[in-house]
Amino acid sequence: MKVLVPIKRVVDYNVKVRVKADHSGVDLANVKMAMNPFCEIAVEEAVRLKEKGVVTEIIAVTIGSKAAQEQLRTAMALGADRSILVETDEDAQPLAIAKALKALVEKESPDLVILGKQAIDGDNSQTGQMLAALTGMGQGTFASEVNVADGKVKVTREVDGGLQTVELSLPAVVTTDLRLNEPRYASLPNIMKAKKKPLDVVTPADLGVSFASSTKTLKVEPPAERSAGIKVASVEELVEKLKNEAKVI
Amino acid sequence: MGILVYAEHDNSSLKGATLNVITAAKAIGGDITILVAGSGCGAVAEAAAKIDGVAKVLCADNAAYEHQLAENVAALVAEVGKDSSHILVAATTTGKNFMPRVAALLDVEQISEIIAVDSADTFKRPIFAGNAIATVQNSDSTKVITVRATGFDAASAEGGSASIEALDVVKDEGKSSFVGEELAKSDRPELTAASIVISGGRGMQNGENFEMLYKVADKLGAAVGASRAAVDAGFVPNDMQVGQTGKIVAPDLYVAVGISGAIQHLAGMKDSKVIVAINKDEEAPIFQVADYGLVADLFDAVPELEKLI
Repeated sequence: MKVLVPIKRVVDYNVKVRVKADHSGVDLANVKMAMNPFCEIAVEEAVRLKEKGVVTEIIAVTIGSKAAQEQLRTAMALGADRSILVETDEDAQPLAIAKALKALVEKESPDLVILGKQAIDGDNSQTGQMLAALTGMGQGTFASEVNVADGKVKVTREVDGGLQTVELSLPAVVTTDLRLNEPRYASLPNIMKAKKKPLDVVTPADLGVSFASSTKTLKVEPPAERSAGIKVASVEELVEKLKNEAKVI
Repeated sequence: MGILVYAEHDNSSLKGATLNVITAAKAIGGDITILVAGSGCGAVAEAAAKIDGVAKVLCADNAAYEHQLAENVAALVAEVGKDSSHILVAATTTGKNFMPRVAALLDVEQISEIIAVDSADTFKRPIFAGNAIATVQNSDSTKVITVRATGFDAASAEGGSASIEALDVVKDEGKSSFVGEELAKSDRPELTAASIVISGGRGMQNGENFEMLYKVADKLGAAVGASRAAVDAGFVPNDMQVGQTGKIVAPDLYVAVGISGAIQHLAGMKDSKVIVAINKDEEAPIFQVADYGLVADLFDAVPELEKLI
């Protein structure tokens, strides 16, 4: 069984980004980049399914600039067998990304597509669901447990009220939530081995997709700043302030 | 044309977040139709018809929609909403699950988690865990949008008298089936709807210690939340997580207990009106956003707080 794992190169989750002075976007110059945390969980889940003998091949894929090869190498160091870069310098939006992935699904015919539930830059949480719709697959989003058996996948999902379990016929799309697994670190020998694994580069035109978008970003501003308030000396003072000053209890 | 709002509910009652979405719909402007899809959901349709400012309620009552399976719901919403100017849903796990599927079926982009409406085609939304606010303009003929409830006031649940129309459209795609669910049962208010939230972090040390927070919460009529660290450590279940990838809350009072204040947590609560932080580390970043900070051992402070309120 083949698994496709789409990943994304994003600003490292420890970085607090700053908005550019001209409000055209956030300043990404010299900022540390990394694989999106939810994508790491997706790679890990695919690797675990391979270790269990359920999966035979893992293909990592990303849509992005040449620099995103670094994240594909990381995915291969973690256990992906090969990878594909759809190279573009455009800021691709989820619908276009889903269309590019659909083209790759048609080419590779994976039984399962596992991807992160959201990227921590755009915070959209759309790509997996859109890919599922475009390919006519069922979807198990926000997964905290995944079990593959008998041509089906059972997905336990983190929902607002607790957990919900659904069963999907394969092929299917799964998006990962935080509790699905704890990703491993790549070992040095595996990092070296990953350098020799195949990495194909294709263009959007090869896949017949365009990254033109119907959504235009007019401006990007910093959020309203919250200034630090006061320190209180005791619980008594805290309760007094909440009752008489803030009037919230 | 007109605006289609998808109702969030549990087949018996309408969820409050739908009222915030109606306010967003009013800000956009146009006739508002609410779509209720579920099984045995007549009471929800009746509640929806009473919301102030709603012109019509469509009720698709069928077993195919009982568990809000994304494949079935998206097919229904795409068919019903294809000629609407806008399709809106609250950015809950239900809305976030099916709505991108609707957008893809209609071949349009989705605008996720808007917090303000500038005009019928221009919206504000947080990106990078709320560290930046983007103003975006969309040119699709049908605008597919999820709404962050904390960005909008709730519309009045009374005062409307919309007509209710039964909708005989059954979309059973057969791609997924419901196996089961484990839903948290609590007498406390829902996290996203509570006016007071008290949350615990890694500093709580274990799940049993959350009992201290429950006691305070019960005296205040508050909901109890948690940081990702507390959920990952297994202290409490996932549905209590507040943050960038958990629940977004904006209560009148947010009390952070033993939470350091990672940016991902702040993204989920920094729009609260009043923030209190109790932490023994006076350098903790949470103090940078707190209106009232108390540097103290939570194991002393929380029981004392319970006595004094």
